[in-house]
Amino acid sequence: MEQGASLSAILAPFTPQEWTAILLSLKVATVGTLVSLPFGLAVAYLLARRSFPGKTLLNGIVHLPLVMPPVVTGWLLLLGFGRQGPFGHAFEACCGLVFSFRWTGAALAAAVMGFPLMVRAIRLSIETVDTKLEQAAKTLGAPSPLVFATITAPLALPGIVAGMILAFARAIGEFGATITFVANIPGETQTIATALYSATQIPGGEAGAARLTIVAILIAFAALVVAEILAARVSRAAMDQ
Amino acid sequence: MIEIDAFHRQGDFTLQANVRAKGRALALCGASGAGKTTLLNIVAGLVRPQAGRVEVNGVTLLDTKLGIDLAPRRRRVGYVFQELRLFPHLKVERNLLYGRRFAPKATPSVDFDQAVDLLGLRGLLTRWPARLSGGEKQRVAIGRALLANPQILLMDEPLAALDDARRMEILSYIEKLRDAFAIPIVFVSHRLSEVERLASDIAVLDHGKVAERRGGGRANGS
Repeated sequence: MEQGASLSAILAPFTPQEWTAILLSLKVATVGTLVSLPFGLAVAYLLARRSFPGKTLLNGIVHLPLVMPPVVTGWLLLLGFGRQGPFGHAFEACCGLVFSFRWTGAALAAAVMGFPLMVRAIRLSIETVDTKLEQAAKTLGAPSPLVFATITAPLALPGIVAGMILAFARAIGEFGATITFVANIPGETQTIATALYSATQIPGGEAGAARLTIVAILIAFAALVVAEILAARVSRAAMDQ
Repeated sequence: MIEIDAFHRQGDFTLQANVRAKGRALALCGASGAGKTTLLNIVAGLVRPQAGRVEVNGVTLLDTKLGIDLAPRRRRVGYVFQELRLFPHLKVERNLLYGRRFAPKATPSVDFDQAVDLLGLRGLLTRWPARLSGGEKQRVAIGRALLANPQILLMDEPLAALDDARRMEILSYIEKLRDAFAIPIVFVSHRLSEVERLASDIAVLDHGKVAERRGGGRANGS
């Protein structure tokens, strides 16, 4: 067996290291998505509904991770959130939170890389919410944060969910920023993507690479299916209106 | 007592109107584009005029000279919008109760059951707005504004989208409201005939100016 891997090797159970990488990927992507959600909602709201000096700049900064080489983002994270970096230092001093070479750093990298996708989807859906409904809520006495919580966010929910799924999927696939920022340490920062990379670098790693590839495809597919189901439910609800 | 004095220029359109009413209901009449809705939006705080003053029951909501400009949510106006603006994701009951929790607790409030019965909403409480007829939606919108416990009700063409039978029905609901709850009403319509029945004071607007006034405290109530 010179090329590729045998079917039986691919169908063999996951090794402990593979399981660790799969579970870590799910953990990193979930935490990254959930932690970035409040920021994503706030930034999307600002971009959709407010005008302020520096709006174009904010929009640009948010979108940078989408257009920069991921390695650059990873390097900037290392400079900013490494133990010697200003933010990394502050987080360690205030709450004992260390990012560099930890799974928390992988979650941060995933959150940053998925952020532009999340903000875009949420912003677009907030823009579709009729501002006249928000005005109506104000005349009924609701303060702005509650107008957002009771009117804008529920009506923008499909976009919010879509944004979360996009960010989650992006986080699962995140490679460049992660490996630059937190390296590829089995059991601590090794995710599906970086484990897959490792598997391709060692002789006889093809079967492992194939198994992780299948897992990555399944997770991506599941995310798409969930997104489709939610979209269908939303369009059905829209038909009812 | 309602007093509205506003100067507002928006593109080619200039609104310069001074309207006051001593009675419980004031009607603003005039062709479309005369500035009726803009005037309501100024009272509600959704449009800020370049200069003006709005006073309702002795409370100054806006005075550009004195730098007073209450936020819409602090004005306590119950606004029945022409396009109704019911919240599509909330059932009728939640729409009706939306303003309830923001209303000041101390003031005597409009009774939920009384309002629901008066507007004939009892059977609609668990329905979605999308499942209502035009007349039903109109009544829910009126109920929602009323139950926010407002100082004043603003109604923008509440009868325009209805057929004649429904129109008479809503008209009588509004009459009942005016008499059952002591809340002043500003009522916008392009038809003089329907406002004459409701309002003691009538101002006819034309191209942003008051062309004609009737009442002016002449009659109190109907």
